[in-house]
Amino acid sequence: MLRTLVTRLAGAAVMAVLATLVIFLIANTVPGDPVLAQLGDLAASNPATVAEWRAKWGLDLPLWERYFIFLRGLAHGDLGTSIASQRPVLEDIAQYAPATVELSTIAFLLALVTGIPLGIAAAVWRDSWVDAVARVISLIGVSSPTFWLAFVMLAVFYGGLQIAPGPGRLDPIAFPPDEVTGLFLVDTILAGDWETFHDAVSHLVLPAIVLAAATIGLITRTTRAAMLEAIGQDYVRVSRAKGMREGYTILRHVLPNALIPVVTLGGLAYANLLAGAVMTETVFSWPGLGRYTFRSAAALDFPAIMGITLVVSVTYLLVNLLVDLSYALLDPRVRR
Amino acid sequence: MTASDRREAKPEAVPVLEVEDLRTVFLTDAGPVRAVDGVSFTVGAGETLGIVGESGSGKSVTALSLMRLLEEPARIVGGRLRFQGRDLLAMRPDELRALRGDRMAMVFQDPMTGLNPVIRILRQLTEPMTGHGRFTPPEARRRAIGLLGRMGITAPERSVSRFPHEFSGGMRQRVMLAMGFANDPALLIADEPTTALDVTIQAQILDLLRQLNAEFGTAIVLISHDLGVIGSVCRRVAVMYAGEVVEEAPTAEVLEDPRHPYAWALVNAVPRIDQPLGADRRLVSIEGAPPDALALPPGCRFAPRCPFKVERCEREHPPLAEVAPGRLARCWVTQAGQVLPKSGGAGFGGARPAPAAAEPLLSVRGLVKHFPLPRESFFAPKRVVHAVNGIDLDLKRGETLGIVGESGCGKSTLARLVTRIHAPTAGSITFDGQEIASASPAAIRPLRRRMQMVFQDPYASLNPRMTIGDTLAEPLVAHGLARRGAEVRERVGELLATVGLNPAWVSRFPHEFSGGQRQRISIARALALQPELVVADEPISALDVNIQAQILNLMLDLQQRMGLTYLFIAHDLAVVRHLCDRVAVLYLGQVMESAPAEALFARPLHPYTAVLISAVPVPGRTRVVLQGEPPSTLVLPTGCPFRTRCPIARPVCETPPPLAEHEAGRWAACHFPGEFGHAGVAA
Repeated sequence: MLRTLVTRLAGAAVMAVLATLVIFLIANTVPGDPVLAQLGDLAASNPATVAEWRAKWGLDLPLWERYFIFLRGLAHGDLGTSIASQRPVLEDIAQYAPATVELSTIAFLLALVTGIPLGIAAAVWRDSWVDAVARVISLIGVSSPTFWLAFVMLAVFYGGLQIAPGPGRLDPIAFPPDEVTGLFLVDTILAGDWETFHDAVSHLVLPAIVLAAATIGLITRTTRAAMLEAIGQDYVRVSRAKGMREGYTILRHVLPNALIPVVTLGGLAYANLLAGAVMTETVFSWPGLGRYTFRSAAALDFPAIMGITLVVSVTYLLVNLLVDLSYALLDPRVRR
Repeated sequence: MTASDRREAKPEAVPVLEVEDLRTVFLTDAGPVRAVDGVSFTVGAGETLGIVGESGSGKSVTALSLMRLLEEPARIVGGRLRFQGRDLLAMRPDELRALRGDRMAMVFQDPMTGLNPVIRILRQLTEPMTGHGRFTPPEARRRAIGLLGRMGITAPERSVSRFPHEFSGGMRQRVMLAMGFANDPALLIADEPTTALDVTIQAQILDLLRQLNAEFGTAIVLISHDLGVIGSVCRRVAVMYAGEVVEEAPTAEVLEDPRHPYAWALVNAVPRIDQPLGADRRLVSIEGAPPDALALPPGCRFAPRCPFKVERCEREHPPLAEVAPGRLARCWVTQAGQVLPKSGGAGFGGARPAPAAAEPLLSVRGLVKHFPLPRESFFAPKRVVHAVNGIDLDLKRGETLGIVGESGCGKSTLARLVTRIHAPTAGSITFDGQEIASASPAAIRPLRRRMQMVFQDPYASLNPRMTIGDTLAEPLVAHGLARRGAEVRERVGELLATVGLNPAWVSRFPHEFSGGQRQRISIARALALQPELVVADEPISALDVNIQAQILNLMLDLQQRMGLTYLFIAHDLAVVRHLCDRVAVLYLGQVMESAPAEALFARPLHPYTAVLISAVPVPGRTRVVLQGEPPSTLVLPTGCPFRTRCPIARPVCETPPPLAEHEAGRWAACHFPGEFGHAGVAA
């Protein structure tokens, strides 16, 4: 088991570096010049300024040398300095990541606790009204565009009904808690500041629902399909023939088998949430990685883009590794 | 006497199970399908009843109805079910649940899918014990270990903490049986419990069922398509056809003297290993198919296929009435006192000419095939499946050579080697004087049309997206035997007619045919190229007995008409004895014995042959049950491969015995040939 883990981790590291190479090449072939994006028209018309600026950021060096410099920095735990914010990329990411992690994790948990029971119920009471409701919910979740859903939610619950707070992680007048993890929910509990905790929770509700919507749909559908397949298996009939209660049969015999495909999907979905909250974060003014990504891309901020790529690919690889490890927990046939 | 004692004593008086006019239908869009249509029988305490019939006869639906385990769209619409005097149909779901797995238990057909793959054996065994409140968890654990040991599982203390995938099919069926006996039920319903197993393992399981019945007094309802299986466990049998019981009588009497034409056809469709082989090898097969359950005939349901029918049969539906003391039959003919003929001598053209003693068509020497497995990890040792480990065989032109052995003995690999679907690791294969063991694909291609294969699964071996006309035309065009258009159409029509199918069906797709018809199409495909050698890998084992008889008859006819040479691979020894001229017995990829079929079955020289023959369920015959299962093929056997399970193994068996000719034409690889002849069957 340990050897498998070490081999997989080493493999993941190699994959992550390869991902940076791909992104490096793509980012450099994109038409567009960071000079124009950063200096503005006036300064960009002065060749001396441009040359100086290029030299400062190392843009005058050959492509391979720039990638080599990036790798050398990476080996020292240095992702370079962001052109736009003029701060180390690692610091930027450390600042923005907690907001995204908090939002995505809550959205993911929300998707799990809604999607899995809904999928189970839909499969157990197949073709009943429960199944119909589940189908409608998952259809809405999967098919509504995120930005549209975000605006509708804000307009209805914040603008119209006024039962939800506005955008942002906290009320403008509230003070953020002392930073320990950067996750407001955790930090407020650590500080014992229940008022801010409540504020943070209420600000999470709308963006978490919006972000979770598509995932709820996917998880509901996958759970339902996997449950239906497992319900049709012979061991379920055997369990009934043994006189086991129906609830016991569903939870102890069917569900563990049905969870295997759900875990695969769940892992991918969580990685997706972490990496893909751009739309939701923009609409809800959520100071997370999604907005940082968007800003960096618009500004052609190479060091920042490379740093984000690395973080995203490492996230995907780690989540995948966790998924593979959890197979061994769920399915004894995979264990060695 | 305490209250509980009285409760235990009461069932002695009342039958365990009373079924009266049971009717179960499937509510489909096309209308209600009457799967079980007025079935009645009674099972007394400790009694054994078999239910036999072909697929679709309603036997499994009857079993599920008894347990009240039917799922939508199946529904019981009439009749009465009483279990120990209590009305099962009037029970609430929780009352039923309390009975299931407690007083009445069920064992299903497929042990590979019946156990939950992610739950340890222990919990699957103990959950009915604790769930019904009969045992505390520690008691249940002790009982589970005890039951597993009783079922013949070695080291049960360790085995209980394993997962199902660590067990073989036979072991899993033992676990399923242990599960059935978890709470000492009054009734055990076993639905085809040995169908998925090898004949040696089947014999072990059937023995176990018999012992459990004798020891615990558990009543058993055994469902099977195989009368031999039922005969070796059950005293009485109910024969089902089209949702009805058509005959009910003591099993031995049905086997000896069936009183319903359908039972008669079932009995005579199967070659018997304990009866002399006649010159005429054709088996009784009845034409046609069971009636459409949506449009049942008004008279006797078997009348359209019945060779003995009289005018009344098509008009009036016969009742199940007594035809002899203790014997019921649903037949106007036998109720009127007519006796069905002894066997179905259809009077086909008699014995085959003996194969000419010419040069062998196929000759195999020292054939070896090892399959390397992928390493489990980079540092793990290389693993190899030793499928075939040095086989010598000769197959004469016009002869039928049978290959028998348990699963994993290398039968199918051998078939794929001689047709060069696989390339051998070592050894030589000579086909009509030409060495093909290491020939290039281009050199083999022209030979392909001279040797063809028929596969086991008629569902998987036909392309579902091609019409059967296209399927049959493909080899003709590929080998340039016929030009596209009229010529191909004509040949395809001929082929279909040859295998007894309507030539007008060329544009149908495989799913429009039954299993037996599909196997006919597979045979037609093999015959398209007018081959000399046909290698048939378990061609009938997926089929009902009546269809088996039809296919076997077809193979016999074709051999006679076209002078075909067969390499016939099967696990059913009675069929092999019936069809084959010579038989080779394989064990762990080596030939244990090879001899003319009749002699081999009459007096086996090798102990493995003897126990294999003995394992065939024949009612009233004492058996030597071979213990254990074949060892892993990952290890190359040393010495005599069979010595680990051999009843007469001695130290000398550590040196491998050569395959030597002990009598004219009789070869055996044993140091003590003929010494263990216990199970010999009189010819």
